[in-house]
Amino acid sequence: MAKFGFDDDSVVVIIGSGAGGGTLANELCQKGIKVVVLEAGAMQSNASFINDEWKSFAQLAWLDARTTSGSFRLAKDFPGLPAWICKTVGGTTTHWAGASLRFQEREFKVRTQYGHIEGANLMDWPLELRELEPWYAKAEDKMGVTRTHGIPGLPGNNNFKVMYAGASKLGYKDVHTGNMAINSQPRDGRGHCLQLGFCFQGCKSGAKWSTLYTELPKAEATGKLDLRPESHVTRIEHNAAGKVSGVVYFDKDGKEQRQKARIVCVAGNSIETPRLLLLSASAMFKDGLANSSGQVGRNYMRHMTGSVYAAFKDPVHMYRGTTMAGIVRDEAGLDTRRGFVGGYELETLSLGVPFMAAFLDPGGWGPDFAWWMEHYTQLAGMWIVGEDMPRETNRITLNPKVKDKYGNPVPNVHFDDHPNDIAMRDHAYTQGERIYQAAGAIRTFRTPPYPSTHNLGTCRMGASAADSVCNAFGQTHDIPNLFISDGSQFTTGGAENPTLTIVALAIRQADHIASQMSRKAI
Amino acid sequence: MQTIRITAEGASEPSVGGARPELPLTRRQFLKGSGVLFGTIAIGSPLAMLAPSPAWALELKALDSRSGETLLKFGRTLYPHETLPDAVYALLVKDLDAMAGADPKLAEQLRQGVLELDQAAGGAFSKASAAKQMAAVRALEGTPFFATVRGKCVTSLYDNEMTWVAFGYPGESWSKGGYIARGFQDLKWLPAPPESASPPPYMG
Repeated sequence: MAKFGFDDDSVVVIIGSGAGGGTLANELCQKGIKVVVLEAGAMQSNASFINDEWKSFAQLAWLDARTTSGSFRLAKDFPGLPAWICKTVGGTTTHWAGASLRFQEREFKVRTQYGHIEGANLMDWPLELRELEPWYAKAEDKMGVTRTHGIPGLPGNNNFKVMYAGASKLGYKDVHTGNMAINSQPRDGRGHCLQLGFCFQGCKSGAKWSTLYTELPKAEATGKLDLRPESHVTRIEHNAAGKVSGVVYFDKDGKEQRQKARIVCVAGNSIETPRLLLLSASAMFKDGLANSSGQVGRNYMRHMTGSVYAAFKDPVHMYRGTTMAGIVRDEAGLDTRRGFVGGYELETLSLGVPFMAAFLDPGGWGPDFAWWMEHYTQLAGMWIVGEDMPRETNRITLNPKVKDKYGNPVPNVHFDDHPNDIAMRDHAYTQGERIYQAAGAIRTFRTPPYPSTHNLGTCRMGASAADSVCNAFGQTHDIPNLFISDGSQFTTGGAENPTLTIVALAIRQADHIASQMSRKAI
Repeated sequence: MQTIRITAEGASEPSVGGARPELPLTRRQFLKGSGVLFGTIAIGSPLAMLAPSPAWALELKALDSRSGETLLKFGRTLYPHETLPDAVYALLVKDLDAMAGADPKLAEQLRQGVLELDQAAGGAFSKASAAKQMAAVRALEGTPFFATVRGKCVTSLYDNEMTWVAFGYPGESWSKGGYIARGFQDLKWLPAPPESASPPPYMG
């Protein structure tokens, strides 16, 4: 591992080591650029991952204090845990399910496609699908996405068999085991999926792509990476010219450090990224860095989600095998006859008994709840994920009433479902239940959203500095050497799981940064 | 009587990988506690294999036996599982007792809550009929006491190996090589999807 000096102002500092930060680090290192990655979480490995839901949660999840407000149900069910994302080297790529779907063409221009929608802050991306296609292809190759680049699909488990049978009976056509960044056969030095059933707990076999054991070691091998785990950044600093000059962080011993930088890239996920920009407010940037538009922290999206579980008279054993084992894509398109704009995906999902107790029906109790738990081996499950409406009022702000251990205000997550989100969720619940009924379900259950895994949009990209935070390369409009490198960049959310798009944008951003550096533009 | 503790001393977390809850309880240790709960696990229950003896005892440090018994029945009313023996619900009491030992305010909340349950049941809650117990629990829904106990149930009752065995959840799979050769697609009551939707597994 390279070691660069605190005063080395030629390095690129990347905050976060997940899908955005970890990928960007490797791409820059491969081009010979010196990179310091500051990761708030600790180092784990395939060997140290734990096949136990609560123990793994304690090992990987971001558990620093957060607060919530707004009318979304999470504010009642899990007021201190609005998001289920990770604080560990590799970030949430340790926990993610592996679904790797491209955005659809229309999803880059929803303002044009959907028109004005009351209460929604829709905007077209400053990018089109065809511009991103080559980068999607690179990302899919890097991650080993099934059903791309000649990689076979994964074998479907019992949970998928149930989904497939029901969906086919309903007439759905686009139903298969998905495009997954999980090796269906050995590839890139990693083995094939062993159907462990603990995708969310860190993949012990390494078949699932995570920056922890792909991008970061590859970056390290170049001799250009200085990865510093347990390094929590609290402030980005700038010089008199208004360019960022370095960051302040607390190291693993709790000691304050100051790392100089030529460029700073923020990839802390869509809650911490805007929080850090807001925490870095100064005399020159009174509302926080890169916030002349006032959009930092706004337009927070979490995807329209929910789950449907169904009980059958015969066993399913849904916990066996990949957690997200298959998908129905037929509802992902735009069809306003359904009563809403945007579309959604249906993807199998399974929880173990411990998490089923926590998430099936938060706050629930009584004989009915007990019935569902006792039928655990007879359950099948799916997750619904769809495009939600960006709203200016759904936002991350600093909560001055609650401080973290460094004395900084914690982020507050405010969210109100848009009527379109609610209409789409109702439709998806109904279709999910119909799928299971077609497969012979004796009962179905509508599970409310889990703490958010897809956090997006809080530093959106756009064509104009007046109403967006960064440009199509994630470069902030206000500060040319400050970049947004995670899902915060998303202008709108699409219906697809966001990781593939985050990785594609990171690869593209790396090219842009390298070219700007060589032209001495930054 | 051979007795067992519900879990090892100081181990608030359940064991991993099939380790059995054990540790015989000595008479001296019995006398230290302010309360004790006893029970047995039915011979022949799949859970009996997890315990070295069908009999169990739980020593309480902060709560008295009557409170422990009431909270156990409260847990059973909230999450009624005929397939689970009292030994599982005793895990709830054990965890609440530990919380009460660490936090006097919470201990008071639990003691007060137990009195309210008795009051709502018109006598000893733990001896009341199922219908009266349910009515009493409903009457307390929304109180901080109810929230404390119900919230604790989520992990105490469902994050332990006895419950997993009873519900057929096997827990970790890594040491057994996952499910690729152990039934991840063994469901036979529905037709198998075509290979285009679900290709055959790679077996190396």
